Amino acid sequence: MNYEAVIGLEIHAQLLTKSKIFCGCSTKFGSAPNSNICPVCTGQPGVLPVLNKKVIEFAIKTGLALKGQIAKHSIFARKNYFYPDLPKNYQISQYELPLVTGGHLDIAVNGKTRHVGITRVHLEEDAGKLVHKGAAGLKGSTSSLVDFNRTGVPLMEIVTEPDIRSPEEAKIFVSELRNLLVYLGVCDGNMEEGSLRCDANVSIRPVGQKELGTKTEVKNMNSFKAVQKALESEIKRQTEMIQAGERIVQETRLFDDTTGTTTPMRSKEEAHDYRYFPEPDLVPVEVDRKWIDNIEKTISELPAAKRSRFMKEFGLPELDATILTDDKALADFFEECNKLYKNAKNLSNWIIGDLTAYMKTKKVGIKDINLTFSQFAEMLDMVDKGTISRTSAKSSLTKMLDEGKSIHDIVSESGLTQISDEVKIRLIVLEVIQKNRPQVVQYKSGKTTLAAFFVGQVMKETKGRANPEVVNRIVVEELNKA
Amino acid sequence: MELFQLTAHELHAKLDKKEVSAEEITKSVLGRISRVENGVSAFLAINVDEAIDRAVEIDEQIASGKAMTPLTGIPVAIKDNMCTKGAITTCASRILRNYLPPYNATVVENLLKAGAIPIGKTNMDEFAMGSSTENSAYKVTKNPWDLKTVPGGSSGGSAACVAADEAILALGSDTGGSIRQPASLCGVVGLKPTYGRVSRYGLIAFASSLDQIGPISKDVADAAILMNFIAGHDEKDSTSVDEKVPDYRGSLIDDVKGMKIGLVKELIGKGIAVDVKKAILEAADLLKKLGAKVEEVSMPTFEYGVPTYYILATAEASSNLERYDGVKYGHRSKDSDDLLTMYYNTRREGFGPEVKRRIMLGTYALSAGYYDAYYLKAQKVRTLIKNDFDRAFSKFDALISPTSPTVAFKIGEKTDDPLSMYLSDIATIPVNLAGIPAISIPCGFVNDLPVGLQIIGKAFAEETIFRVAYTYEQNTQWHKRKPNL
Amino acid sequence: MKIPRHCGGAGCHSIIKSMKAAPIDVDHVAKLARLGLTDEEKKKFTEQLSRILEYAETINKLDTKNVIPTSHAIPVNNVFREDRTAPCENIKGIIANAPASDNNMFAVPKIME
Repeated sequence: MNYEAVIGLEIHAQLLTKSKIFCGCSTKFGSAPNSNICPVCTGQPGVLPVLNKKVIEFAIKTGLALKGQIAKHSIFARKNYFYPDLPKNYQISQYELPLVTGGHLDIAVNGKTRHVGITRVHLEEDAGKLVHKGAAGLKGSTSSLVDFNRTGVPLMEIVTEPDIRSPEEAKIFVSELRNLLVYLGVCDGNMEEGSLRCDANVSIRPVGQKELGTKTEVKNMNSFKAVQKALESEIKRQTEMIQAGERIVQETRLFDDTTGTTTPMRSKEEAHDYRYFPEPDLVPVEVDRKWIDNIEKTISELPAAKRSRFMKEFGLPELDATILTDDKALADFFEECNKLYKNAKNLSNWIIGDLTAYMKTKKVGIKDINLTFSQFAEMLDMVDKGTISRTSAKSSLTKMLDEGKSIHDIVSESGLTQISDEVKIRLIVLEVIQKNRPQVVQYKSGKTTLAAFFVGQVMKETKGRANPEVVNRIVVEELNKA
Repeated sequence: MELFQLTAHELHAKLDKKEVSAEEITKSVLGRISRVENGVSAFLAINVDEAIDRAVEIDEQIASGKAMTPLTGIPVAIKDNMCTKGAITTCASRILRNYLPPYNATVVENLLKAGAIPIGKTNMDEFAMGSSTENSAYKVTKNPWDLKTVPGGSSGGSAACVAADEAILALGSDTGGSIRQPASLCGVVGLKPTYGRVSRYGLIAFASSLDQIGPISKDVADAAILMNFIAGHDEKDSTSVDEKVPDYRGSLIDDVKGMKIGLVKELIGKGIAVDVKKAILEAADLLKKLGAKVEEVSMPTFEYGVPTYYILATAEASSNLERYDGVKYGHRSKDSDDLLTMYYNTRREGFGPEVKRRIMLGTYALSAGYYDAYYLKAQKVRTLIKNDFDRAFSKFDALISPTSPTVAFKIGEKTDDPLSMYLSDIATIPVNLAGIPAISIPCGFVNDLPVGLQIIGKAFAEETIFRVAYTYEQNTQWHKRKPNL
Repeated sequence: MKIPRHCGGAGCHSIIKSMKAAPIDVDHVAKLARLGLTDEEKKKFTEQLSRILEYAETINKLDTKNVIPTSHAIPVNNVFREDRTAPCENIKGIIANAPASDNNMFAVPKIME
């Protein structure tokens, strides 16, 4: 019997607002415990919530990008449950009449398109943070401490239809959605820091069956990889159980990255009864056409569209286009440079290669680097013309980034102009051959790969300035003559 | 007359003429408290030193030329469900026995800005749940007219202290009648404003869609004056309405000629004490004599007010009271080894029986499977009640009825039967459900116990009801009578 | 305005029970409300609450088939604040009320799963 996996995702995105959803506290991450709190977000007796307008705008923007329906009339609701990180012991969320319903985000998987429907997008407030004492985590702890800094940070919950059919698709979907949200400027998409969280509902059923199998909820997947791993593990577990004739228990399971498996949360005596009812302290949100149009105007090209355009317009392979467009700032940098330097593939290689390596080492982003488009374009031009060697250019780039100098300055300072003069090079090659007679013998006896050794020695002598193609050719010539 | 016996507007005139000082007024009121408070028990806290210090400061400000407001130097009592920064606020509950609000309720800020002198926090039914102030975890307040009877509730302390001249003015809160009913039982004036007219920020919530803060005073003019300072939009309260606040003193006009007033038929029949009905009919007659057109109007949805209220209010309350869990403030049960035990024990120890009853009721009404049958159904009936009022107000400028079906009952008389206690609010509850304003003014006595006349207006028509109330008051002497303390 | 549909799931309102269902399950409701009740209270409440509910059920007499529920008596919409930070000047006062605290955090007894 062949089984297929049926996966639906619930993604929570922390919105990039300055202040919390219902009060004026800062949303800044990493502050000292309980330093971004006030009477409202700590649930003092007598306080009332007031809605942050930006939060609505971000949700509408997201809804439009996902091609969903923006509700003309939307309300908030109380979701009641007791937990110490929830000061009022209810969360203000949305239940009936969420801000966005419907929509979709299509993903490309192995050349095919998977259409993933969006059920709804709604807004809610985040809870606080618990620190457990006396143990590594909750289990076995002797007490817990509550930090309300995060309480009230605005969250946008995106729920997909159960349209995803494999763990790989799930991983791709989360990645695509993350990029979309970052592009829209509504979320910084940092799964490791928790500004983007993903839970999954997963079940299996015999291929061809319409009814869904019993689903389990999988939580604690803190990276794209974890999403895939967790779902693979859970699908395997469910398949084995079904095949052994066992029934799947509807439960919540936590993913453990170290073991790569999921374990059930200690089963609760009963499912939560959240007793949803409309939030009486907030008034309905009415969205008119004008507001939607104004927000729509602020949406620029989205990642999927940019990726296809990069492939079409610049003739870039999918992999390059994907890497460049995954980061909007990087894509923008590419396009600006391309206006001055037209060899798209080469430009892409340098950006994806050396430039990215530099940024990774220095832990900076493209927005922080000391390199202007024209400086970069100039350098690449020089390499093309042969004025400097590729190797020199690589080291020069680092200098340009570190010191902000132009390639012209660096070349004149360090005399890096490429040596292509064949006479000069031949002299150095002969010198190197003279100094390394044993290797010559080895070369002549068949070890032709040693040509690279000679080339390396010549490059060392010329401090990387020699034109590599010319060196290669002359080395081989002279070795054969020797 | 002693200073403590006067109204705010009378005292203001004296202050203005420099005949008295704020300090003298405050000391007069404090002196009165010290003499009668043992009998009345209206206060949970009295700010003796702070009030005098503040009064002295205010006198200095007046002397140095600072402009006075009608509230400058006036001692005001505040119901203990309004947050006063740095002063313990208990809601008459054990669960908040040591709670020090880190902020002031907006209305308190307004009073302070206006130069009023907070004289103390008044007793109430715990979490505003009750109609007699017998549900307080701390003490039972007595009705100044007969210390063996209740002052009404839940703002019993505020109404009693004004009736006993232990404060010149007081703030109360009204969710199902909690300002009007005690005002009626204590022979004073109490107004529940239109929902959203007065900020709820800092009012410890009972039922969010019904709660409103309002003035309790010795006469209609004082209520209008206090309203000027507490009404208005507050950006901290999303349900507060951005409507301009008129000068309510402008509606103190002794003239109801041509006004159309409806006497609610359902509230002068079964369930209303005979003598109360008599007083109301006499009031209606007087209004007729003064030129108003008074006729009976039927409000058939009124009988559904109480059951609707006890579903909606308790549902909202059950959620509003979830935050009292021993984690962040207030009482925490000792020796609870784990969180869950702490929740159960803290709430068991901290809440009184009426609060527990209502939490249970509200939780049940919202629970899975029952939401549609109870909560949603009640919200629909609420619409019908609103429609009923809309229909009435298309014909009438105001409606009148008794505020309470009886005069003050004996302490302990209704405590064994919650349902009979709930029925004390049959006349007041529909007003809260519709969100419209209503005032209670004294209109007679039965066995020396006050009777209250309720005047109801449509949304934001406080001026209309002030006018009818003022006219009636100026043509009677009820408001001049004082209890024998 | 369309009367909203309810979606499925626990805590959802799609299971509609009639009012005249079994007597109130006091244990279950007390658990939802995290309210510790003594046996005596449970007994008393069971009786009192069923009487109150019976009275509450009188609203069933009214036909509300096409009636829109009222959540807010005075209709107000779109009340917002701008996305600006406004730090609280009395955080100390908030933390000072903690029944137990540690390093500015609110301490609670162990949470059992």
